[in-house]
Amino acid sequence: MKATEIMEPPVTEEMDHPMENILRMDRIPHIWCSTCGIGTALTSFAEALKKITTPLEKVCVVSGIGCSGRSAGYIKLDSFHSTHGRAIPFATGLKLANPELKVVVISGDGDIVGIGGNHLIHAARRNMDILVLCINNFVYAMTGGQVAATTPLTANTSTSPYGNFEQPFSLPHLAASCGAVYVARWTCLHVRRLARSIEEAMNKKGFSFIEIIAPCSTIYARRNRLGTGLDLMKFYHDNSVIKHGADTRELDIEFQKKIIVGKFIDRERPTFLDAYNDWMKQKLKDKFVPHGGPQC
Amino acid sequence: MKADPKGVLTGEHYLDGDHACSEGALAAGCRFLAGYPITPSTEVAERVAERFPYVGGIFIQMEDEMASMAAVIGAAWGGVKSMTVTSGPGFSLMMENIGLAAMMEAPCVVINVQRGGPSTGLPTLPGQADMMQARWGSHGDYEIIALSPNSPQECFEVVIKAFNLSEKYRVPVLVMADECVGHMTEKVVIPKAEEIELYPRRYTKLPPSEYLPFKPGPDMIPEMVKAGDGYKIHITGLTHDQKGYPVMNWETQEKLVRRLVDKIRLHADELVDIEEIEMKDAEVVIFSYGISSRVSIPALQKARKEGIKVGLLRPIIVWPFPEKKIRELASKVKALVVVEMNYGQMFYEVERCAGGKAKTLLVPHGGGWVHDPEDILKAIKEALK
Repeated sequence: MKATEIMEPPVTEEMDHPMENILRMDRIPHIWCSTCGIGTALTSFAEALKKITTPLEKVCVVSGIGCSGRSAGYIKLDSFHSTHGRAIPFATGLKLANPELKVVVISGDGDIVGIGGNHLIHAARRNMDILVLCINNFVYAMTGGQVAATTPLTANTSTSPYGNFEQPFSLPHLAASCGAVYVARWTCLHVRRLARSIEEAMNKKGFSFIEIIAPCSTIYARRNRLGTGLDLMKFYHDNSVIKHGADTRELDIEFQKKIIVGKFIDRERPTFLDAYNDWMKQKLKDKFVPHGGPQC
Repeated sequence: MKADPKGVLTGEHYLDGDHACSEGALAAGCRFLAGYPITPSTEVAERVAERFPYVGGIFIQMEDEMASMAAVIGAAWGGVKSMTVTSGPGFSLMMENIGLAAMMEAPCVVINVQRGGPSTGLPTLPGQADMMQARWGSHGDYEIIALSPNSPQECFEVVIKAFNLSEKYRVPVLVMADECVGHMTEKVVIPKAEEIELYPRRYTKLPPSEYLPFKPGPDMIPEMVKAGDGYKIHITGLTHDQKGYPVMNWETQEKLVRRLVDKIRLHADELVDIEEIEMKDAEVVIFSYGISSRVSIPALQKARKEGIKVGLLRPIIVWPFPEKKIRELASKVKALVVVEMNYGQMFYEVERCAGGKAKTLLVPHGGGWVHDPEDILKAIKEALK
């Protein structure tokens, strides 16, 4: 079958949506374009939620602004849709208020690494116990496809009409060098691996970061003549290389070149709250009152 | 409910206004402070950082003021009383998320120890020029509550009031102090915990199936839950319906924003907190707040000695503005003299409410130092001409 052919959907009996315990079905249909990768990323997240042992009422999602920032609105968990770039500090407050919560930030590259880059590096440095799912579609898609801190060199966007000449960030390298304890990258093609990776990261204590490369056929692909969503998936299939433990200095993404995916970092380091509790216990002895969760 | 004795440092102390703010927060049950250092407010955070480990609170020094304010809102939804503290430049950076707090109806407190501006201005010297920013600083229509203390003792009391009002009305409450009050050291009496009344968070008793996070109660204020309670709430900065879901149309905007505004405006009568000095026979009234109100006292005394009937009206709650009070006053007195450390901010509110019925006069000051009482006296005499 050619990549461009679209299959007829199979005829099925009326059935419940397999993810309806995790999705806000009363908000479906969602706002994302057909063939957008964000839904696929969320499906993997939902798969991971089925497997974790944390009760779902203790899992929270925080998003910022943008296409991926709408994720919080479709997930049936305590979910917060904050301001542009500030999902990580919002999540920091939520987590510190109630350490029992498992807090997951789901947002886009522009939100987390562009406008919110400072919060990303500091949360990683502090080893704040949150998981960040950064859905990277290489552009500011919600506003019509402007150049981002992740746009590959030479790629065309609406504000780099002659091609991008700015060096993009390598997200796993950035997160790893700032101290994240778990760093992985997958594409929206790697749904099972991504789900397993999310599950693994959710069971891990500390600052975890997963970059999810997502197709944006409406804007990024159209502007760069890369074909349909299916063509992009085919591209991921042919060009992604799984390389667990790869040196994070070698993870740059070049325009339409190989994408190295896998789990790059998995290490242990005391979290902000563990370090705080241990240190204060040492310093203040029995006078120290550890923070015990919600207090009002 | 009564204050938790753990956080209340009962006794007589010699404290500066900043430290008194910290003690007010601790007494009010605040157990989360996210902040970024900035003169002249830093001492508030410093004292909290020292005190919190003894009372089960968490202090975190964030990477900037945008992060601080975002963390404060996150902590509010996590079920902890939270606040941040800053001064002019940081206050500017917090504006977007103060709007988010208003939109999410997150109870929280922001202390602004004002310094001279604009821009970096006078980091170590006083100002009162953020008053309109406090009222209008974030984009869009919303209402906040703001208070202005004029002594360390009042810093302690006003911060407790701020927390109580933020819980009652579910708004961010701003404490608009100034460098002089923040850095002046005076006696502060901290009462016993059982003498401190706290407004409890308005948690719902409804089960998740019946609960709507933004369904207004009879007083227009919705009941709250916290994350992790199993309600699976969605809370967004987008225009939303009672369920909390985004709805992009004018009808939803009208319902929501109208309520955010009315829940304060229609309760304005309950939100009057004013000190009056020598007002009985006053023909001229000084309107002043914060440190400027204290500098106005010698001017008032001098004028009285000269036989001029002067009084002083000091709003402790500055927003919502005490409109009714000023309207009533304007038809009774000859003039209102506004003393504030800026080139006219609250003055325009006084002028508007006076509606031409009394003369209004501004005694401006750019900040960096307090008014000369002689200038205030001159203005009083000018007002009577």
